[in-house]
Amino acid sequence: MRRGSFLFAVIALAAWGQGSAVLSIAPVQKVQAKRNDTVPVTIKAQLRDGFHVNSNKPNDEYLIPIRLTWDAAPLQVEEVVYPKPDTVKSTFSEKPLSVYSGTFDLVSKLKVPANATAGPVLATGKLRYQACNDRMCLPPKTLEIPLTVYVQ
Amino acid sequence: MVLCPAILLTILLAGCASETRVEAAVKPEAKRKPAADFALKDLNGSTVKLSDYRGKVVLLNFWATWCGPCKLEIPWFIEFEQNYKDRGFAVLGVAMDDEGWEVVKPYLAARKINYRVVVGNDGVAQQFGGVDSLPTTFIIDRDGRIASTHVGLAGRRDYENEIKQLLEGNQRAAR
Repeated sequence: MRRGSFLFAVIALAAWGQGSAVLSIAPVQKVQAKRNDTVPVTIKAQLRDGFHVNSNKPNDEYLIPIRLTWDAAPLQVEEVVYPKPDTVKSTFSEKPLSVYSGTFDLVSKLKVPANATAGPVLATGKLRYQACNDRMCLPPKTLEIPLTVYVQ
Repeated sequence: MVLCPAILLTILLAGCASETRVEAAVKPEAKRKPAADFALKDLNGSTVKLSDYRGKVVLLNFWATWCGPCKLEIPWFIEFEQNYKDRGFAVLGVAMDDEGWEVVKPYLAARKINYRVVVGNDGVAQQFGGVDSLPTTFIIDRDGRIASTHVGLAGRRDYENEIKQLLEGNQRAAR
């Protein structure tokens, strides 16, 4: 059994890192919260080697920022915290690019209202991003992130 | 010490191979496939068909305003248009921005783009094999056949060699 679980974990991790998409999201952890609580939800993203996505504040008006939004009612989205971007020089931009690469975390702070009903709340995150490497860019994509918050 | 000449030779050969690849990028005529025709609107609302360019060598460039590597190629294409248009050459840009002219129009103006640009769509991209990455550029011969395809940023010299090769290699259609 233990060996089977280990094998499953290895396969799951490999699938997370090696999927066909340039950006993949690790399965989101279960979230439990009490009424009036604000709970942090961490989305772990991983980019394929050599690729980057623009940060939430790119240095060029034409570049598409990464954006995480939530359809989470009755939960309220208090804040989405983006990590500190890397500043990268590029042959195709006068200004350095503001990007994320490798693995990075996006933290959403979700508030459970005082009158929320106990039980599971289904929320959907939408992560819009646009990825490039040093030779090409891929069209913008939106990943849906299902999340269940158990209100106690 | 013994390795040094070997390394130098390898680097030299790699350089030669790269040049050879550039020359070989233009397919022999018999292996070229016809480019799909399309009808898209340009900045003035005029319909542009690829078939309108029959008799010319065309650099067909799929790009977008959010694509950094595409930005690097634009000045080259401006020069190609300037330098070769009188010899039967044209650049045609296909902007793949979802927002269309709202973003493409100011971008063209800011960069003083001198060649024709149309706004593309997924249907046209599918006709050209999907165009999953930008830039994707097709060099089309005077008979409307795809002579070479570049996915991703290519070298300026590669493009220019191919354009020259096609312009010089097929003078009959220019008449």
